[in-house]
Amino acid sequence: MTPLPEGVGRVLALVREFYEAPHRGALARARQEEEDLFMLLVFTELMGVPNPAAYHTLELLPLVIEDFHAWHQRMGMERSPLDHIRCC
Amino acid sequence: MNALYLVLLGLGGFTLGYVFYSRFISERIFRLDPAFVTPAHAQEDGVDFVPTNRWVLWGHHFTSVAGAAPIVGPAIAVIWGWLPAFLWVVFGTVFFAGVHDAGALWASVRNRGTSIGSLTESVVGKRARSLFMVVIFLLLLMVNAVFAIIIARLFVDFPSSVIPAWFVIAVALAIGWLLYRRGVGLLWPSVIGVLLLYGSMVVGNWVPVSLPGPIGGLDVPAQWVLLLFAYAAVASLLPVWMLLQPRDYINGLQLFIGLGIFFLAVILAAPSVVAPAINPSVPEGTPPLLPLLFVTIACGAISGFHGLVSSGTTSKQLDREPDVRFVGFLGATGEGALALAAIIACTAGFATLGDWQGFYSSFTSGGLGAFVQGGGTIIAAGLRIPQAFGETLLAVMAVLFAATTMDTGVRLQRYIIQEWGSLYGVERLTGRYLPTALAVVSCLALAFGAGGGAGTGGLLIWPLFGTTNQLLAGLTLLVLSVFLMKLGRPSVYTLVPFTFLLTMATLALLFQLRGFWAAGQYFLFGLDVVILVVTIWVVLESLGALQRARRQLAADR
Repeated sequence: MTPLPEGVGRVLALVREFYEAPHRGALARARQEEEDLFMLLVFTELMGVPNPAAYHTLELLPLVIEDFHAWHQRMGMERSPLDHIRCC
Repeated sequence: MNALYLVLLGLGGFTLGYVFYSRFISERIFRLDPAFVTPAHAQEDGVDFVPTNRWVLWGHHFTSVAGAAPIVGPAIAVIWGWLPAFLWVVFGTVFFAGVHDAGALWASVRNRGTSIGSLTESVVGKRARSLFMVVIFLLLLMVNAVFAIIIARLFVDFPSSVIPAWFVIAVALAIGWLLYRRGVGLLWPSVIGVLLLYGSMVVGNWVPVSLPGPIGGLDVPAQWVLLLFAYAAVASLLPVWMLLQPRDYINGLQLFIGLGIFFLAVILAAPSVVAPAINPSVPEGTPPLLPLLFVTIACGAISGFHGLVSSGTTSKQLDREPDVRFVGFLGATGEGALALAAIIACTAGFATLGDWQGFYSSFTSGGLGAFVQGGGTIIAAGLRIPQAFGETLLAVMAVLFAATTMDTGVRLQRYIIQEWGSLYGVERLTGRYLPTALAVVSCLALAFGAGGGAGTGGLLIWPLFGTTNQLLAGLTLLVLSVFLMKLGRPSVYTLVPFTFLLTMATLALLFQLRGFWAAGQYFLFGLDVVILVVTIWVVLESLGALQRARRQLAADR
C-alpha cells in the first residue's frame, strides 16, 4: 500500500483520538481488573489453593513477579501475603 | 419567509456571540491564562488525565452533549410559533449555555478537574452535594423513560427505521471487535460501517418492520419500551469497548454527516417557513408560553447535563486553559445549531399552514414526528432523493441519539446507586446486576406510570425533564457564582441567567404540579414535589454560601 499523505495521516490520528479519548479511563480500569484477577490465578497455588493449572502458572511466576508488590498493595494488603516472597 | 433567513440569522447570531461575548467572558471574567498548568498536565496519568487536542476535545464534548433532546424540545416548542423558540435558542446558546458550559469547564479545571458534584461540596457544602446527586439521578431517570417512549413512537410511526436502528448495533459490535481484538486501523471500519448504516436505511425502506399487535394486554409501543429497556440493561453491562465506544463513535460521525446533509438541503431547497412567527391560535390544552417555553427547550438553549460532561471528563483532558473558550462555547454552539435545524425542519418542512396546523393539533402531537416528516421533506427537495428515504434518515438519526443516551443513562444510574451503596454500607447495592435492575425498573415505572402503555402520554414528562435539566443548569451557575465571588470577580454574568432560570423553572414546576394533580397523575405529582423541595433546599444552601463568600470578601478588604 502506498503511504498516505501527511495531512490525511494527521487527520486520521485525530479521528483515532476522537474514538479513544472518551473511554480511555473506563477501558484502563477494566484492563486493570482483568490483570488483577489474572495475578490472583497465578498465585493461587502459592497461597494454598489447589490449582489444576499450577504447572503452567508456576512457569509464569518470573514474568509477573515484578508486579507482585504493586498488586498486593492494590488488593488492600499492606505487607506481602506470602512468607517466601518478601518484597516489602 | 424563507428558511434561509433563519439559517443566516441563527448562525450569524452564534458567530457574533462567539467572537464578542465569549471573548469578553474568557478575558475579563474567567481570565483564562495560557501559563496555567491544567490538570491534564499537572496530574497526567495516561488514563483520565491526558492533554488532548482541542479539536478532538470539542468533537467529543459536542457529540456527548448533542443528542435527541435538542431536537425534541424545539420540535414541541414551535407550537407557540417559530419566533419564541428561535429567539430562546439563539440568545440561550450565547448568553446562557455558552457561559454555563465554559464556566463549568473552567471551574473544574481550576479545581484539579473535579466534577461539579465534588465542586459543590467544596464550594457550598456536603449536604448540597448529596442533594445534587438526587437531582442528577432524577434527571437520568426521566431521560431514560422519555427516550424509550420517544423511540417506541418513532418505531411505530416510521417502521422503516426499525431495521437500521437495530442493525447499527451489529455494526458497532463488529467495529469494536475489529479494533480492540484484531487491532485493525480505524479508517476502513469507519468507512464501511457508515456505508453499511446508510445501506441498511435503504433496506429499511424496502422492508418496514412492525410488531404484530397487542400481546397479553400490552400494546405495540409498550412492547417496544420493554424491548428497549432490555437492550439498555444488557448494553450497560457489556464492556465499554464492545458496544458503547463504537456506538458513540458512529453516532458522532452520524451527527456531523446528518447536520451537514440537513443544512446543505436547506440551502439548496430554500423552503418557506409556513408556521406563524407567533401562533395566534394554539390548540386547546397547550400550556402558556411563559414559563413553559423555557423548560420545553432545555438542551439547545441551556442544559445542566452539559455541566456534568464539562466537569466530568472534558476538564481532565484540557491541554491549555484558553481552550476553555473553544471547547466550552463552541460545544454549546454546536448544540444550538442542532436545535436550529430542528426549528427549521418543524416549521418549513410542511407545504401549507393547514398541514402544519394538522400536525400540531395538540401540545404533545408534534415532537420528533414533525421533525422527521418536515426534515424529510426538506432533504428530499434539496437533495432530490425520495421523501421516504429522507424520513428514514432522520428517524434513524433520532433513534440512535436517544438509544445511546439510554444505555449511557442506565450505566450512570447504576454508578450512582453503587455509590449510594458504598456510602451507606449496603453491600448488595455495590454489585453490577442489582443496581442495573433497580435502574431499569425505576425507569419502567416512570415510563408506564406516565402513560407509556398507551405510548402517547409519555411526553407528559418532557416539560418535567426540561425543568429538572434547567434546575441543574441553574444550580451549576449558582455554584459558579459562589466560586467567582470567592475570587473577587464579577458574578453578575452567571447570577442573572441563574435568577432567570430558577424563576422560570420554579414557575413551571408549580404550573405542572397543578396539572398533574388535576389529571390524577399522582406519581408525577410526587416526583414534581420532590424536585421542588430539593431545589429550594440546594438554593438556600448555596445562597448561604454566597452570603458567606460576600462577607468574607468584605472582611478581607
